[in-house]
Amino acid sequence: MFLVPDIVVRFFHRMASPPHFYAFTQRLMPWLGTVFVLLTLAGLYGGLYLAPADYQQGDSYRIIYIHVPAAWMSLFIYIVMATAGAIGLIWRIKLAEVVAISSAPIGASFTFIALFTGSLWGKPMWGTWWVWDARLTSELILLFLYLGVIGLYGAIDDKKIASKAVAILALVGVVNIPIIHYSVEWWNTLHQGPTVTKMDKPSIHVSMLIPLLLMALSFKSYYLIALMQRSRIELLKRERNSQWVKTMILEADK
Amino acid sequence: MKPARKQRLILISLMVIGVAIATGFALKSFNENLMYFFSTTDVVAGKAPKDSLFRLGGMVIKGSVERPGDGMMVRFKLTDFSKEVTVEYTGILPDLFREGQGIVAHGKLNAQGVFIAEEVLAKHDENYMPPEVKASLKTKSLSEKGQ
Repeated sequence: MFLVPDIVVRFFHRMASPPHFYAFTQRLMPWLGTVFVLLTLAGLYGGLYLAPADYQQGDSYRIIYIHVPAAWMSLFIYIVMATAGAIGLIWRIKLAEVVAISSAPIGASFTFIALFTGSLWGKPMWGTWWVWDARLTSELILLFLYLGVIGLYGAIDDKKIASKAVAILALVGVVNIPIIHYSVEWWNTLHQGPTVTKMDKPSIHVSMLIPLLLMALSFKSYYLIALMQRSRIELLKRERNSQWVKTMILEADK
Repeated sequence: MKPARKQRLILISLMVIGVAIATGFALKSFNENLMYFFSTTDVVAGKAPKDSLFRLGGMVIKGSVERPGDGMMVRFKLTDFSKEVTVEYTGILPDLFREGQGIVAHGKLNAQGVFIAEEVLAKHDENYMPPEVKASLKTKSLSEKGQ
């Protein structure tokens, strides 16, 4: 704690309070929306128009600009969800529970997009829609983990208990994340090895890499927007009997 | 940190570590089954199943692709840069099938040790570059060889 500057600690303390979070995210939303639109336009323009065709796959490789950022997000969101779940379990911070459960549907969507676009890509390149190799199977398990989290949360009426249950489920599933990432190195798979995240320099030409990173940032900002909107709704539902929600609604009525 | 929180933190860490260790052991014991394909060295060494279907992966040797007869039958050699296996396949090859590329074939060995494939999938590499860059890389490696 003593290594973190005081102002950062205070920021997080204030963010953990629901009314402050609610007001803060409302002010942040137009900025995030602008950033998201700019990044997406730049990324798509770069990826679909400026980037050259691939020497092997021609123009078909351009699905990479959706597939790879979506796959990265599917892992990233899971880590956020599990971490938020752990914070909720240990420090009993309500907002962390809200962030964890609000992340699940977004992560499930990105996982589905990664699997779906991968299948579309696999048919012309590999010659098959789907194979049961380690990478594809572990990514499918990730989708089931997300769906499990959503289902478990919905099945328990007491949302306090539900949050604890899904946090534990999410933490157990964390073991799948390194398996997905390293599956292409540990086992023989049809899916090729890592391109961007290898130790030496990425084996993708820089003119193709920049739009890919822009799209990755665009997906990150989309996640932030979706997460905040979902969290706000979840907060209102949970805090519907609290004073700050009542005051806010009364003020809005005036 | 308050003792109660510390206790919860320790409990959760232990749970995550426990699950990780258990999964690690499980994966280790199923390691063979998680391999999507056998390498050509495995097949030559007799590690691949004799009578059942399995997958064989390797790189298509340059100049080894031939079409004996008029039909759709293709014969080529696969290598993992140490041992070679001959593969025969009747059917349409995927777009990315070319000499010098990795592929995965599904089928079984016949009595002569030739792999009769029922399905051929192309395995593409992790390199993405424009054709001009590839061409210049090629001329560069050729000129280095020439010296």
